[in-house]
Amino acid sequence: MKKTTVAFILISVLFIFPAIGEDWSGADQKAEEAIKQISPEYEPWFSPIWEPPSGEIESLLFSLQSAIGAFVVGYIVGKNRASKDVPNS
Amino acid sequence: MHIMEGFLPPVWAGLWFLVALPAIAYGALKSKRLIEDNPRNRALLAVAGGFIFVLSSLKIPSPVTGSTSHPTGTGISTMLFGPAVTAFLSTIVLLYQALLLAHGGITTLGANTASMGFIGPLAGWAVYRALRDRISLKANAFIVAVVADWFTYVITSIQLALGFPGENLVSSALTFMGIFALTQIPVAVVEGIFAALLIGYIANLWEDRVSQGVTA
Repeated sequence: MKKTTVAFILISVLFIFPAIGEDWSGADQKAEEAIKQISPEYEPWFSPIWEPPSGEIESLLFSLQSAIGAFVVGYIVGKNRASKDVPNS
Repeated sequence: MHIMEGFLPPVWAGLWFLVALPAIAYGALKSKRLIEDNPRNRALLAVAGGFIFVLSSLKIPSPVTGSTSHPTGTGISTMLFGPAVTAFLSTIVLLYQALLLAHGGITTLGANTASMGFIGPLAGWAVYRALRDRISLKANAFIVAVVADWFTYVITSIQLALGFPGENLVSSALTFMGIFALTQIPVAVVEGIFAALLIGYIANLWEDRVSQGVTA
């Protein structure tokens, strides 16, 4: 239990960093800039079939992804935990 | 770490598909066989896949470079089922992100699956096998997750350098590693903590399946 608390504190500390300066853009965006520097003449030969119409929709779909994953993990771990606690079921 | 849609020259995009496809196909077959062998494996596979879903959706700030990056979440699946199954599970996530989030892409799916789903986990898996009898399951989960995560981004950097060597392949690789591999260090540590927490629950609930941590 105690170890879990320590782990959560460690993780939360990392989420506090955005309070400090920096631009906090995605690393993949920085890679895109690097590509443009190394090969300025490169043109992407294919573009996404569909893009989220706005940043809001994008974050919605990202949250949905987390929700699906968290639901599956929580449901299965919870279900098995419960059936372990009640040996007769 | 996902290489953006259209951002690998066609030859390299195709080549990485050749690397990824056999792993995905074998992983899919192996998953099917695992479920047939024991229906309880279905739940474990779902947990491993769910973990990849959650972790790869989190964009975590990295104080090392002042940018954000996301974990891969492949550590649990690697420990339980090995790299091929991980490639199969990762493909599902990568497809979701390519089609719904314009994150990664269809043309770069092969490259992204090769790095996140297969080669990164392969490195983690090697470490797991080497340490299996020497350290605790949780400590091992932490190390496996960190290695698989970090190695994924090293591979991504190499993939980009091969596609865009510029004047010098090595200096190009170093440029991309400066962006990805550096950013990823603290992110990989966070991922390791999550993986260690989850493997504790899993080992507790599926003692029969996770004897010394592996069904693979």
